This record gives sequence, C-alpha cells and structure tokens, in this order.
Amino acid sequence: MTFALYIARDTPLHRIPPAAKLLALVVAGIGVFLIPDPLWLLPLLAAIAVLFVVAQVPLGATARQLKPVAFLLVIIFLAHGAFTSWTLGVLVVLRFLLLLMMALLVSFTTRVSDMIETIETVLRPLANIGLNPAKVSLALSLALRFIPILAEMTHEIREAQRARGLDRNIIAIAVPLLVRTLRLANTLTEAIEARGWDPDPPARIRR
Amino acid sequence: MAFPTRGQTRYVAGAMIELRDIHHRFGDRIILDSVDLTIVERRVAIIGSNGSGKSTLVRLLNGLLVPHRGTVRVDGMDTRGEAKAIRRKVGFVFQDPDAQIVMPLVDEDIAFGLKNLKLSKDEIARKVEDVLSRYGLEHLRYQATHTLSAGEKQLLALSSVLVMEPDYVVFDEPMTLLDLRNKKMMATVLATLPQVAIVVTHDLDMLSGFDRVLVMDSGRIVMDGPPATAIPHYVGMMS
Ligand SMILES: Nc1ncnc2c1ncn2[C@@H]1O[C@H](COP(=O)(O)OP(=O)(O)OP(=O)(O)O)[C@@H](O)[C@H]1O
Ligand SMILES: [Mg+2]
Repeated sequence: MTFALYIARDTPLHRIPPAAKLLALVVAGIGVFLIPDPLWLLPLLAAIAVLFVVAQVPLGATARQLKPVAFLLVIIFLAHGAFTSWTLGVLVVLRFLLLLMMALLVSFTTRVSDMIETIETVLRPLANIGLNPAKVSLALSLALRFIPILAEMTHEIREAQRARGLDRNIIAIAVPLLVRTLRLANTLTEAIEARGWDPDPPARIRR
Repeated sequence: MAFPTRGQTRYVAGAMIELRDIHHRFGDRIILDSVDLTIVERRVAIIGSNGSGKSTLVRLLNGLLVPHRGTVRVDGMDTRGEAKAIRRKVGFVFQDPDAQIVMPLVDEDIAFGLKNLKLSKDEIARKVEDVLSRYGLEHLRYQATHTLSAGEKQLLALSSVLVMEPDYVVFDEPMTLLDLRNKKMMATVLATLPQVAIVVTHDLDMLSGFDRVLVMDSGRIVMDGPPATAIPHYVGMMS
C-alpha cells in the first residue's frame, strides 16, 4: 500500500493549484451523489477518462489502484441487484468509481507535500482556537509516511512468529509491534527536533 | 576547504565544542560522570561498550538532551538557552534510517529541514537539487521513501541533514544496519565531508582516518588519543 501516487509530469492538470484541485474534488464528489440518473454519470466518467489522458497517467498505474477495489464494486453491484434493483446497482457503482477516479486523478497530479501545505493554509484561521496547523500538517505527513512502515513491520513480525508457530497469536504479534513502534517514535521525535522543526506559531498569534 | 594541521591532526579553523563537568542521570543511574571534553579536530570517533553512554554524550552536542549538571557550548553558544541556533550548526544522523526520514517522498524529506529554516521556495528547490545531484539521488527524487533500500535510506538521511549546511555532523552508529557495500559507500561519503564529524561506532575498521578517538566506559572517557593508541587500549579493555 502506498500513498505516494504522484507522477511527475508537466501537464495543465499538474499546474492547477492544489487548493483548486481539492475544492473541485469536494464539489464534484458531492455533485456525483446528487445526480440521480446513471445515464448522466456516464459522460462524467468519459470526461474523467479524458483528464487521465491529459494528465499523462499511465494506464498500468491506474489499473493497479483500481484492481483491489474492483472486487468490492462487483460485490456492491451484485448485492444491489439482488436486493433492490440493477439500476440502483449501476448508479452506486458508478458513483463510487467516479469518486475514486477523481481522487486518484488528484493524487496522481498533486504532490503530497503540496496537498498538506494547502490543508495547513486552510486550517490557519483555527490557530486562534488552539489548533496548531503546523502540528496537524506534520501529523498528516507522518501518518502517510508510517502507515506503510507499520504494515511492513507487522509483516516482518508475523513472518518471525510463524517460524515459532505463533503467527495466529495476537499477543505475540502486538507486543513486539508495540515495542518497535515506540522505539521508532522515540528516535523519530529526536530526528524531527534535530532538523529544527518548530511548531510554535509566530508570537503575534500566541500572545 | 583546507584544513590546518598540527602534527598529523587536522582542525577546522574556529570550530569548537566544549563540554564542562558534565553529569547526567536517568533515574538513579549515573550515565555520564564528570565528562570534560573540548573538540576542535575534524574527525572524532567515540567507541565503547553497549550502555557506556556514547549516545547520551552525543545527544548533548546539539541540545537534544541537556545535562543535569555542567555546560555544553558549541562555538561559544550554550545548548541550554540557544538550542534553536545550535540545531542549525549541529546536524545529527541516527542509526536507523527508517526512524529519521520524516516525509513520504525523497525530495520532500530533503526539503523538510529547509522549510524549518524558513527559506524561500526557490532557495529550497535549488538546495534540494544540489544535494540530490551531489549524492547521486536524482533518479530517486519522487520515490516513496519507504521503498528505498537501506543504503539509499541512510544516504537520504545524511543528505537531508547535510542540505541544511551544518558546521558539525554527529553520527550515532550510522552503518550498523548497512551491508558491506553500503558501509564502504558511507565511509567514503564520511571521509569527504568538509564538516567536523563526530562519529559513534562499533566498527573499528573505519577509524584509521580519524584524528582522535575517545573510549567510553561507564559514563566516563577512559582513553583519549589517536587511533593508533586508543584502539589497542579499547581492544585490551574488551578482552
Ligand atoms: N531515556 C532513557 N531512560 C533511562 N535510561 C536510559 C535512557 N537512555 C539511555 N539510558 C541508559 O543509559 C545508559 C547509556 O545509554 P547510551 O544509549 O548512552 O549507551 P551507548 O553507549 O550508546 O550504548 P550502545 O552501544 O548500546 O548504543 C544505558 O544503560 C541505558 O540503559
Ligand atoms: Mg548508542
């Protein structure tokens, strides 16, 4: 699993400011759920497909992201077909697919750091009620950075415990994972400090 | 940069770290006991058994840790009050590369420290480019950091520190987790650093080019000299 989907290209879509892309994503995301007719969604899907071409996203990269979800979409479709109506099934699946494609498009064309910076800017007014945007943005970056590492660590520990027949024992996995995570977090804190991170907002806001 | 020498030993003009009468405890345990030390040499190694206090000592050098007693001065500035300025002067490379890469992408991680220095976007971009090409990391620029090899990760960790242009770089066992080839690569990078380097290590093979070796035992510096005298002393201690 990776969150760093960004594909470096010089296309009009890459050049749109991240704030505009995020806003468009939110608006389009809501729009998709307000459109009641699958027939209206199809041209939208075609439009998104065109944008993928414009953004020069390789087909393989898109397929890799969609593959794990495809199964889920099929289940949703079948469930709706069996219990409500096939039309509704098509509608729901199309909505999800559209939403996913749009989110992917933004991820492929926007650097994570730019996205996080945008979120930091948007949150800035909240500094007045005690929320520190710099901290929120670092937390977001760290989450993106460490989810794959935690997944890897869990995998490694399971492999090690498998050799002892303990790979189904939740304690045998959770305890070493916790110990390693704490140690990692400890060094990480120091590393962040050592590189001069300073979360304090300018004095103007603090006083 | 040229280094003036005194005998065999190389110095960096004007650079100095001073530790005066350092005592440090964790709970009741004394971890550092009356350490006095002045560092002016260009390559200083710290060796000693596990738990002898090496990591604790080097954490004092950039204010990550403030001693319970005594003072640490970097170019005259006290780590007790001027931690922020000292962080700019003293870079720190840790043992575990995974634990010191902060950002999801390679170039973002290099930019992290520069953003903390509040440099302009253009300046950040220029410095990132510089360091990427200096250490041959250009092709990894947009790669997710968790997908790098251990050697690449440690090289990135070092690049992310060096891009901030510190005057001193502290390494706490920078090669312990690396294979032989990457150890050699790191040793080469280390040898060519213009900065003062203070290196904690268990790897006695890499010490030949050092100007000074400190041997620690139970929180004290028990030997202080050139590699040719300090290493045999340490080996004797261990056997
Ligand atoms: N945060 C802490 N809390 C309590 N004790 C600590 C802490 N950090 C270190 N110590 C103890 O201080 C002693 C010295 O630790 P330090 O990490 O400085 O040793 P070291 O020489 O770096 O050892 P190693 O070669 O294993 O890295 C150890 O006995 C350790 O258990
Ligand atoms: Mg140590």
